[in-house]
Amino acid sequence: MNLRGIQAIYIYEMNRSFRTLIQSLVSPVLSTILYFIVFGAAIGSRMENISNVTYGAFIVPGLIMLTVQMQSVNNASFGIYFPKFIGTTYELLSAPLSFVEIVIGYVGAATTKSFSIGLIILATSYLFVTIDIVHPIFMLFFLLLTCISFSLLGFIIGIVSDNFEQLNIAPMLIITPLVFLGGSFYTIDMLPPFWQNFALLNPIVYLISGFRWAFFGIGDVPILTSIFFILLFTSICISIIWYIFKTGYRIKS
Amino acid sequence: MSEIISVKNLVKKYDNDFIAVKNLSLKINQGEIIALLGPNGAGKTTLISTICGLASITSGSITVNGFDVIKDYRKTREIIGLVPQELALEPFEKVINSVKFSRRLFGKKDDVEYVENLLKKLQLYDKKDNIIKSLSGGMKRRVMIAKALSHNPKILFLDEPTAGVDVELRKDMWNIIKELKNEGVTIILTTHYIEEAEMIADNIGIINHGELLLVEEKNKLIKRMSVKTLKVKLKKSLSTIPTKLKKYNLKLIDEGNSFHYYYNTGKERTGITSLLSDMNQIGINLFDIQTEETSLEDIFVKIIKD
Repeated sequence: MNLRGIQAIYIYEMNRSFRTLIQSLVSPVLSTILYFIVFGAAIGSRMENISNVTYGAFIVPGLIMLTVQMQSVNNASFGIYFPKFIGTTYELLSAPLSFVEIVIGYVGAATTKSFSIGLIILATSYLFVTIDIVHPIFMLFFLLLTCISFSLLGFIIGIVSDNFEQLNIAPMLIITPLVFLGGSFYTIDMLPPFWQNFALLNPIVYLISGFRWAFFGIGDVPILTSIFFILLFTSICISIIWYIFKTGYRIKS
Repeated sequence: MSEIISVKNLVKKYDNDFIAVKNLSLKINQGEIIALLGPNGAGKTTLISTICGLASITSGSITVNGFDVIKDYRKTREIIGLVPQELALEPFEKVINSVKFSRRLFGKKDDVEYVENLLKKLQLYDKKDNIIKSLSGGMKRRVMIAKALSHNPKILFLDEPTAGVDVELRKDMWNIIKELKNEGVTIILTTHYIEEAEMIADNIGIINHGELLLVEEKNKLIKRMSVKTLKVKLKKSLSTIPTKLKKYNLKLIDEGNSFHYYYNTGKERTGITSLLSDMNQIGINLFDIQTEETSLEDIFVKIIKD
């Protein structure tokens, strides 16, 4: 295995983030703080507790998920799209690197960034609410798996995109609505019965539910269902990436 | 010299059914400079791309240093450096970091001394901490070469290395290429500039419509294909070529004051002596003579047209 090659991509990507620290770190953290102020403090103070959890604390897992999912997709998609855009993918393809190694480098960096942001948001949330995490190890594991799977998704988006508009379409028009409607700010049983069934078609529901279970021991769906869904989602992303590299789709001529 | 690259019956067909390379076979020996000449769309870049791993192979096989470029891609790629035609660089990165990044991609340990010497050789050392975006086009081209050489490759592919660069920089590039050859690097370059091939290549390959029309040692090719022109200026003008001289296929020019005689330097006899002797016999006196040599460009055009 070309470990130095993986390390090179990883460090290069991490350095790119450090060069744009405000965009990479400050911006998502600031957005989340605003969510806490608006939904947690202003509106949340007038909301009833949900399953004995204050509304301010209840939205923390959803807000972390919202941010890390978007960050994972954005970081990974931009990470691979930018070399495509400026033409430097020739370096990756002509180097003694396997496709797996290239993916590990880019997805690893995107995962690290979004995972770190997730932890920073969690730390920030303690400024606003009190949270006792019921399953902390599982919470970290689930957060990591979410970051990996959405970074894989972002990598796919970056590969198949031909321009910056396409790069933004999937996150803006598909992922953002799914995340907002996935129970970040509410539980599924707060919806009318028809919409409850409809919401179960949204894969993000299972991820937010699983993550919330790690925090409070409660979720919209059983935890095993959430684990199954996150593993299924990760497997699908890996399969698509395997196909892309196997066929050279949008990478090799 | 031992063979370092072997291309056998290579076919490259794109998804739109365009066949860019048609059953091409080519052998390249270690330490030589081969220039691949051909018009736009001839298949030169596609050939390079298949060897370097940028394009898939439809059929045929390619080995580098005895290893298959697909099955043993790590072994083949680690000895290849590639400078593509387009200036493709991360604009916000420092020169030194960009070169180090390339070296690491090839699995090599950082080697400050090697990288700094490389930058000095390419006259980039003073710019090592500059952001690539701030460099001139010529400097960026040098950075591309530095990146390709960062892992000390045995084979260097240069795809149109001097396209769009000024004359001075082009000559600098030629000197760099010659230095690399002296260090034992095998160099494969594609170019539109015949002069470039003439100046630096050992061997010439001519590609057109995806087919390799010929590969030959440059000097032999020029000698074999070279047709010299003898321009004879006459003391008195001629209205037609005399019958005795018709066998020489002379061409009257300058309103009959001169004629052209074409001869092949690769043949045993040029025919000049007998031409002058026949002229003397029929009383045609010459005033002046001069010769013009056929350039590689003329040969290239002739082969492409044929």
